Amino acid sequence: MALRTLATRRALRSGLGLGYQSTRGLKTLSLPDLPYDYAALEPAISGEVMHIHHQKHHQTYVTNYNKSLEQLDAAMAKGCASTVVKLQAAIKFNGGGHINHSLFWKNLAPVHEGGGEPPKGSLGWAIDTNFGSLESLIQKMSAEGAALQGSGWVWLGVDKDFKKLVVETTANQDPLVTKGPSLVPLIGIDVWEHAYYLQYKNVRPDYLKNIWKVIDWKYASEVYAKECP
Amino acid sequence: MVATAISSAISLSCALLPSQGGSTRSLLRRNKERKCRGKSGPGMITAQFELKPPPYDLKALEPHMSSDTMEYHWGRHHRTYVENLNKQIEGTELDGMALEDIIIATYKKGNLDTVFNNAAQAWNHDFFWESMKPGGGGKPSGELLRLINRDFGSLDGLIKEFKAAAATQYGSGWAWLVYKANRLNVGNAINPLPKEEDKKLVVVKSPNAMNPLVWDYSPLLTIDIWEHAYYLDFQNRRPDYISTFMENLVSWEAASSRLEKAQARAAEREREEERKKEEEWKSRFRG
Repeated sequence: MALRTLATRRALRSGLGLGYQSTRGLKTLSLPDLPYDYAALEPAISGEVMHIHHQKHHQTYVTNYNKSLEQLDAAMAKGCASTVVKLQAAIKFNGGGHINHSLFWKNLAPVHEGGGEPPKGSLGWAIDTNFGSLESLIQKMSAEGAALQGSGWVWLGVDKDFKKLVVETTANQDPLVTKGPSLVPLIGIDVWEHAYYLQYKNVRPDYLKNIWKVIDWKYASEVYAKECP
Repeated sequence: MVATAISSAISLSCALLPSQGGSTRSLLRRNKERKCRGKSGPGMITAQFELKPPPYDLKALEPHMSSDTMEYHWGRHHRTYVENLNKQIEGTELDGMALEDIIIATYKKGNLDTVFNNAAQAWNHDFFWESMKPGGGGKPSGELLRLINRDFGSLDGLIKEFKAAAATQYGSGWAWLVYKANRLNVGNAINPLPKEEDKKLVVVKSPNAMNPLVWDYSPLLTIDIWEHAYYLDFQNRRPDYISTFMENLVSWEAASSRLEKAQARAAEREREEERKKEEEWKSRFRG
């Protein structure tokens, strides 16, 4: 446990915090630590949900991505095109799962650390300009998240070419960038059933109502300021 | 029953499409009582789909599937699909059609978000409840076992393939054992040279609400792999849920009786095609 944490801390310091580790020249992934306790988001999200979501689901995406990557490495060394192509689906799904969840953890914060506090600065202005108000944006994202069939994500992103905010949904573990190469995610909300089922059961709209109480707008504001200076 | 008769009579797809009717048609029955709703205007007849309970007590699958799971899965999720479907089709041209026909008609229109989703999910869940039974598992027998041995090598071969399909459906969806009669491996394609070997059992998976009826396959078994189907009992351990389904819940009897009907339907369809060909020839000679 201590070893894993150490390795992750070191990995987090370098670069984007995506938790890369190197084995045999291949950069594999490792599970990033959460910047808060599992129970710190209660009552909006229970400690049990957070624990399984991070330790089991996210870990499985990391493990399976690394497995696929090693298989890809071997297939490329052998020049086996059909295996290289076959592996794409697993890489997209598990790699997407890791990218999305890594962002999701950063999008959340306990209330006493600023969770739920409305965005200030340029992002706050941009939201008012694009959506009328923060409340309308929240309403729009909650409605689109509730209407999404099956598993997926609802996003607030910025189109860095047009300097415009967008709300999008993606299926399964597709990251936002699959909806357009110029889209940068600011907020991603997981609407897979595993994100809320133990606590909210079939009532996804209640989960989407409460999650805004622990959304950390600081991270989103920083990314926005960087993309739209 | 009146409702079923009327709905078949006005169903367009019965004539245009190879029908999957028969056993599946009766899965989700219309209310016998026909209602005249104010909203639809005087003289408009609307028929409501009914949420049919599983053919066993909600506690009867324990400890393999908890009554808690059944209460939410059947009592909330399945109910919501049926209720939303009823609301969406009221007063539309779909009102009064059989459920299978609504699935195929909305699939052909290409909008898979709303009515198709609710209709297919209503059907899929009924089919799922009847794919299980208390004290399930064990081994299939008779014609079903013969085809399993022929098409998968052995029962273990089928189980391995079924488990793999269910485990690797990314996101929400279903895994199916289906009987494929004279169809190609291409959705909606007509087989120009049907052969005896084309008729076989295959394992397929489908995302979200998607349902093999739209590919003209005859489903024999299904497992629900939406997380709500297993999360209260197994959390993230989907492979354990799939194993439990195959070892303790699956109803091979249901699969056998569905196979029998699927084969009878395929034979009936062949006779019909044969008859049409003959008539065509005869009319050419007469002409």
